[in-house]
Amino acid sequence: MPAKISLRDVVVRRRKMEVLRVPALDVNEGEVLAVIGPNGAGKTTLLQVLALLDRPAGGEVLYDGARVRGRELSIRRRMALMMQDPLLLRRSVAENIATGLRLRGVSRSERKERIDRWLERFGVRHLAQRSAHKISGGEAHRVSLARAFALEPEVLLLDEPFAALDQPTRETLLDELAGALGETGLTTVFVTHDRSEALRLGDRVAVIVDGRVRQVDATAAVFAAPADEDVASLVGAETIVAGKCVSRGEGIASVRVGGHLIDAVARDGLPEDVLVVLRPEDVTLMKPGKHPPVSSARNHLHGTVTRITLMNYQARVSVDCGFPLVAFITKQSLEEMGLAVGGEIAATFKAHAVHLVARGAPGAAGELEASKTAP
Amino acid sequence: MDLIWDGLREAIHIIRTGDYSVWSITLRSLLVSGSAVLISLVLGVLAGAVLAFKDFRGRGILLSLVNTGMGLPPVAVGLLVAILLWRSGPLGHLRLIYTPTAMVAAQTIIATPIVTGFTAAALRHLDPRLRTQLYALGASRPQMLWVVLWEAKLPLLAAVMAGFGGAISEVGASMMVGGNLAGETRVLTTSVILEVSRGEFAPAIALSIILLVLIFIVNAILTTVQQQERM
Amino acid sequence: MKKIRFGMLVTALLLSFGLIACSSDNGTEKETVQPTSAATTQSTPSGTAAPATSTPVERSGPKDVIVATTTSTQDTGLLDVLVPLFEEESGYNVKVIAVGTGQALAMGGRGDADVMLVHAPASEKKVVDEGVGIDRRLVMHNDFVLLGPSSDPAGVQGTTVATDALAKIYEKGAAFVSRGDDSGTDKLEKALWKKANLDPNGQSWYEESGQGMGATLQIANQRDAYIMSDRGTYLATKENLSLTIVLEGDPGLLNAYSVMQVNPDKFDLVNGPGGKAFADFMVSDKAQSIIKDFGVDKYGQALFTPDAGKTYEQLGLATPFG
Repeated sequence: MPAKISLRDVVVRRRKMEVLRVPALDVNEGEVLAVIGPNGAGKTTLLQVLALLDRPAGGEVLYDGARVRGRELSIRRRMALMMQDPLLLRRSVAENIATGLRLRGVSRSERKERIDRWLERFGVRHLAQRSAHKISGGEAHRVSLARAFALEPEVLLLDEPFAALDQPTRETLLDELAGALGETGLTTVFVTHDRSEALRLGDRVAVIVDGRVRQVDATAAVFAAPADEDVASLVGAETIVAGKCVSRGEGIASVRVGGHLIDAVARDGLPEDVLVVLRPEDVTLMKPGKHPPVSSARNHLHGTVTRITLMNYQARVSVDCGFPLVAFITKQSLEEMGLAVGGEIAATFKAHAVHLVARGAPGAAGELEASKTAP
Repeated sequence: MDLIWDGLREAIHIIRTGDYSVWSITLRSLLVSGSAVLISLVLGVLAGAVLAFKDFRGRGILLSLVNTGMGLPPVAVGLLVAILLWRSGPLGHLRLIYTPTAMVAAQTIIATPIVTGFTAAALRHLDPRLRTQLYALGASRPQMLWVVLWEAKLPLLAAVMAGFGGAISEVGASMMVGGNLAGETRVLTTSVILEVSRGEFAPAIALSIILLVLIFIVNAILTTVQQQERM
Repeated sequence: MKKIRFGMLVTALLLSFGLIACSSDNGTEKETVQPTSAATTQSTPSGTAAPATSTPVERSGPKDVIVATTTSTQDTGLLDVLVPLFEEESGYNVKVIAVGTGQALAMGGRGDADVMLVHAPASEKKVVDEGVGIDRRLVMHNDFVLLGPSSDPAGVQGTTVATDALAKIYEKGAAFVSRGDDSGTDKLEKALWKKANLDPNGQSWYEESGQGMGATLQIANQRDAYIMSDRGTYLATKENLSLTIVLEGDPGLLNAYSVMQVNPDKFDLVNGPGGKAFADFMVSDKAQSIIKDFGVDKYGQALFTPDAGKTYEQLGLATPFG
């Protein structure tokens, strides 16, 4: 069965400059594809192409396996787009929902039913007759959600829908969205700059940097095994250091980095020059001098604390152990260990946690690690 | 001062007795300027939409021209149209000179840049992403335009008021292309000129007052509609 | 809901405007413009209401006749009486365009009018010589008068010769307002100054309005200045003026009105039959008798003297062109 939407050899230009190039990308039926990348990477451009709002300078867009050229309008009427700004019209909330339905030829009675149902679903039914520019930001976003879902589209496209909201509202709405997506099983493409959202909602993640798709894979795979340095920093692997692969055997590779030899899981096709990528969540800190607990953590290093940053739920500790290493620990542990800048500390991590990336120009020659495995 | 009081008394007298000729002149003013405004509305809104939304080379120059056109001297327009419509002119065979149609044409030329300028400004004011959202909702281009114009209807109503004011108040062009013919092309403004040249100040003031009241009533109606839409 | 109602309202307005605007093109209503100020109502020999007994003649071919005439002729109100009568009888629709003499003759010269009714014999010569104006006939005459403030600062009262009066005004430097628009009145005035060997141009007390007789009279009135005007306009606007007649009767102040057709052979769009019909009407017995009595009941004296059939020499002019 063909993918719901496919891009083949797509090139997008703005004022004669190439801003997006996608040799191949598939959005599968029923999946949630999260698209992340830095600002200006081309995420929105990609979404516009998928939404058939932007005709690419080169390449083809396929919907249900067939070319869309010439029938963009009819296919657009089978999709729904939610943007960062709800952009509601100067009329009542109900009328706003009705506009899209009317444009798609939905009958009057059906319109009324859908408006009621979806306004109710997102908890804003009581605002139906209120004029849309007299409601709060959060309420407007709910209306925007209702508007999109009421269209009962085959594909839902979202462009950083909650970016403009405060944290608690954002999280609430994200929950609601996740719930609605789960119920409807809609094919969804979700652009965000917040990797936790991608983690939360995405079945697969596509990472875009500088107009190229660097990696598309199941969420876990992208986060655990970023394809290159840019992807690594995007997915939050904070320790990225250059190293040299010195030996390999029994599925383990030894890598010399910052004066240490650390063990990593060996992978085929890795050159000598590598980047060592390590997620802070995978690094455990303990008091130096303590014997490492008997575990499969083959890597045990000593170092000095260079920085401590308090975050929402954890503390981020930067350690210099010959190379910069970042670890997350709970605030409780921070207190218990009495960590302070300049103090001595020991860091432990499994070989499995160490991800090696070939060092060299990232994203060269169409290397997108498109894994064809089902999500 | 007496002159103004006389004029006021005359005006009330005219309104109360319903003097036929004045009412037909007023009606003609309304019809001629009203038609001109409606035509310029259609032309101006379309032109304004193109200027606001389509990116093309020379758009800046065109916008400057439109803004210049908003301040176009009506008498210059009148002269141009007259020269075209005179029998000796290129369009003489249309036999339109000294007819209300010619006046509508001249007033349309005067009002259209006003409506175009206001429309372009109003539409450029809207969020450009709104159009994207509307396309995404499934609008075709004409449907998108319709919704967007409805969104901008407040400034568009202002455009209509400005256009109507310009058309019904102007006298130079109406005089030249209309000829101020009794029963055919005489309107409020040209009547005022005529009465003044005859030294009949009281009727002139009466006509001026009626003209002012007319403009006020039309604007009041439009303003009410505009304010109502504010919801 | 609201949208539908709004749309219907706009459509209804558009339709009604379009329909009515088109129909008002016929110009079948013929009313005089004067609002109810009693002063300006005229009574015609045939009664005040347009007679409804005879139906207008059905015309084939162009129905419009464009008459180029002067503002002073229009301002007397004579045409307001004659034109409806002509339209009634002939079925033509007359468009009277009142402008300065220069412009009226120029309109004829371009073929933008069908017939000319002017009163500047010297200027008319050119149009006739060029073959543009044909069948020039004398219609009527009135005279010019010299008006001034009742205080008469230049002491013109009592003078009988126009050039003498102008000399007095020149010497005194008294305020004088001129038409300055190349009209018949203006040309006559300039000719008189020349005859008196005086040049008022550039003098601080000499102003030119560039406008019609009525408007210029108003200006002179406001300024308490001397001014030359045709008697007709003066009588028609007398009660709005504080100026009085300080000199009249000089033969050099005679003002002869002629009617000329614009040659239809020279211009495609000229209404030949229509122009001829109007010119014929102006010299017809009916029109002439109206002219004879015009103004009597209102001013106590007739504004014009009918002259159809006479020669220009009989009037006292050296040649048909002054």
